[in-house]
Amino acid sequence: MSGLLAGGLYGLLALGLSLSWGLLRLVNLAHFALALLGAYLTYQLGAALHVPPWLAAAAIVPAFFLLGVALHIVFAYFRVTEFTSLLVTFGLTVILEALIQWFWTADFRRYETPYASTSLRVGPLFIPVLEGAACLTASVLALGTWAWLRFTYVGKALRASAEDPGMAAAFGVNHRGQALFLSGVSAAYAGIAGTFIALISTLAPAQIWAWVGVVFAVAIIGGLANPVGALLAGLFIGVSESLTMAVVAPAWAPLVSFSVLILLLVLRPDRT
Amino acid sequence: MRASGGAVTVGLVAAAAVMGTLATVGLPAFYESFLYLIFSWIALATSWSLLSGYAGYFSFGHGAFFGAGMYTTATLTAAFGVPFLLTLPVAGALAALVAAGIGAVVFRVRRLRGELFGLLTLAVTFVLATIVLNTRIDGGPGVYLSGVPLPRLVKSPTGTLYLLALVVAVGTVGLAFAVSRSRLGTGLYAIHDDEDVAEVEGVPTYRYKLVAFALSAGIAGIAGGIHAMYVSYITVGETFSITVPLYVVLMSVLGGARHWLGPAVGATLIASSLYAFTGGAQAILGRAVVALVLVLVILLLPDGIVPTLRRRWWGRGRAAGATATPVAAAPLTLPSPPTGEGWVAGGAARALECHDVWKAFGGIQALQGVSLTVGPGEIVGLVGPNGSGKTTLINVISGHYAADRGRVLLGERVLTDHPAHEIAGLGVSRTYQIPRPYAHLSVQDNVAVAAMFGGARNGAAAAREAALRWLDFTGLGRRAHELPGALNLHERKFLELARALAAEPRVILLDEVLSGLNPTEIGSAVRLVRDIRARGVSIVFVDHLMRAVLELADRVVVLNEGEVIAAGRPRDAMADARVIEVYLGKSHAA
Repeated sequence: MSGLLAGGLYGLLALGLSLSWGLLRLVNLAHFALALLGAYLTYQLGAALHVPPWLAAAAIVPAFFLLGVALHIVFAYFRVTEFTSLLVTFGLTVILEALIQWFWTADFRRYETPYASTSLRVGPLFIPVLEGAACLTASVLALGTWAWLRFTYVGKALRASAEDPGMAAAFGVNHRGQALFLSGVSAAYAGIAGTFIALISTLAPAQIWAWVGVVFAVAIIGGLANPVGALLAGLFIGVSESLTMAVVAPAWAPLVSFSVLILLLVLRPDRT
Repeated sequence: MRASGGAVTVGLVAAAAVMGTLATVGLPAFYESFLYLIFSWIALATSWSLLSGYAGYFSFGHGAFFGAGMYTTATLTAAFGVPFLLTLPVAGALAALVAAGIGAVVFRVRRLRGELFGLLTLAVTFVLATIVLNTRIDGGPGVYLSGVPLPRLVKSPTGTLYLLALVVAVGTVGLAFAVSRSRLGTGLYAIHDDEDVAEVEGVPTYRYKLVAFALSAGIAGIAGGIHAMYVSYITVGETFSITVPLYVVLMSVLGGARHWLGPAVGATLIASSLYAFTGGAQAILGRAVVALVLVLVILLLPDGIVPTLRRRWWGRGRAAGATATPVAAAPLTLPSPPTGEGWVAGGAARALECHDVWKAFGGIQALQGVSLTVGPGEIVGLVGPNGSGKTTLINVISGHYAADRGRVLLGERVLTDHPAHEIAGLGVSRTYQIPRPYAHLSVQDNVAVAAMFGGARNGAAAAREAALRWLDFTGLGRRAHELPGALNLHERKFLELARALAAEPRVILLDEVLSGLNPTEIGSAVRLVRDIRARGVSIVFVDHLMRAVLELADRVVVLNEGEVIAAGRPRDAMADARVIEVYLGKSHAA
């Protein structure tokens, strides 16, 4: 059960990554740095200025949307390719990590809220409010994004551009504008994920790297540009990890997602 | 690019000698450890570029191999009392073994895209770290090496480590230079630009990637072994951190990952600037600055410092000088294709035979029992509407696709189930309908790859000379030193031909060489095809241009929906009722 809830957060993080990788052909490592930046901002706003987390999220989401747009303007200007994007965002991640460390130091930070200890009772189960909310948000966003990509013009156009940018442009698709928008959305998702990270876990700058492996694995397992797949893969990995923790030992949990990923890449390389 | 091997060797040895004597003089320990770090990074960055720079498979797993080396030395010296120097080869071998194991699995995966390889190697780093942390190898608290005796090669311990790192660094740079000039290096460069084409031209891509990966990891392992002694207390957190892959990628990309000297230049620059930012808050700032440099370099200088400088200062003069050499005046002494063993001498009336070849893609039957033969020195025109399976057949013959059923024979030899590079080596070469030159190799080197790996099997130097001859044969001699991007479509089609010919094949598969050419260019292409046949090469000629097919082909085979519907002399085959039906519709057939 706790695995399912942790998996919701994986799914939420993988969502934005999967979108920009699958539809913009940009592997955005900085997604994690953005999420953690969002987490620290939530922490800062909450702990120092006593802004409630939902209000912090309301401020962070549009700000991150703009950040995502700005990032994509730079990428588009320099014609960053799928491959160089990995290197550039790698560098960007390190810069953001250093900045976070500069402002908030490398010490662990914990954002104490009353929500953290609240649980809802559903039948025989106790569901911690925060994890439950993260899971719910991830589900709503994943389904919403799926519907958006599937049924709206912009969604279809984005998918067409990912397949063949030249052809889509020939059919009058304004890829540039849509790509900016999608990049913004993806960054906004990172912001939302960040708020939940701040509420749920203890913060440290190096956490960025702890997320990278698992979430990449989740995004690939779920299938790129497949929001629902990302969510389901997140839940699957979350459950597998908590099973491993319970059955074997907590320290071995990181192996789960990588083993699944390696198996998947070797057995089904065409999936991605 | 062609700095002579002798000059480089002398330069490296001289640098090593100067730096080596410094160690015996007994520099202050501060300088020795500063230089040690630089050499260590040079070895790491240069070794990384062997696979990732040359072949373009970016690995983020260099930290894993470095760490494997560190823990090998640590475990062997601390727990088993093995002398330090003996552990270094073991560390290298073990790291190479890990890489070979990973490579053996992942390189089998066709179409493993570069960024997936990168992520996979990053994942391997975390997996290895988890294993080391949770087993007796480390177990959590870290390993102390302070009690391990360090052999005294010179007066001070830091001097000894400095000397070791120097040897490894110079050795690695020398190796990188040697590889860049060798068959291995040429093959890796070809893999970087277009792996499918490389394989079909005869480069054993799987083996080469594996060798490069193992070499690269092995050196990282040795460097790790030395580093274990340098730090003398190793922990999982420090060892398998993101620092090593980050810096190694940055140094190589900054200096120029495709050039043998590039990573060393990048390593020197970055390692020295890092030294300025050690300790406390400055270290954080330093990391941010280094990362910022990485971002800027990739955006502004995608080729790296060394190649950019070379182009700017030296490249122009060299290119001008090279075209001035009167290669065009050299007499055309082209070698004939090999004859003998089961070829013509065996009395076989066929050079190439396809027997009942089937191939399906998902639910689509692309080839349904295709049989055809090509005689020695014969031109067989392969025609049929779009989607009839012509290109698929070429892909099956050249080994790019495995046939589901049926056999392909070259002379008496069964080609089916040989990997594409072996088929190329046996004497089959092809051209692509849309030319696929190696974008980063000069026109001459494009042809040299084929001359090196195809049926001709030339050495590196001979292949470059042969390439010039074939370029003259196809009329591209003047463009030898340019990049393929500078050629127009017509020239690129001829470059495809020159590449196919340079392999000195017995059978050449021409996939729509004429499409997109204007009438004059078609005329010269047709003449060229005749010249090729005159040399005794068998040709399978795929084209839509009926006039040229009828003019050139001795026989015509007509494909429709993956089946041979007619075969015979050109006029007869084209007069066949079914062929007319396929091409013009039913009513005309009556």
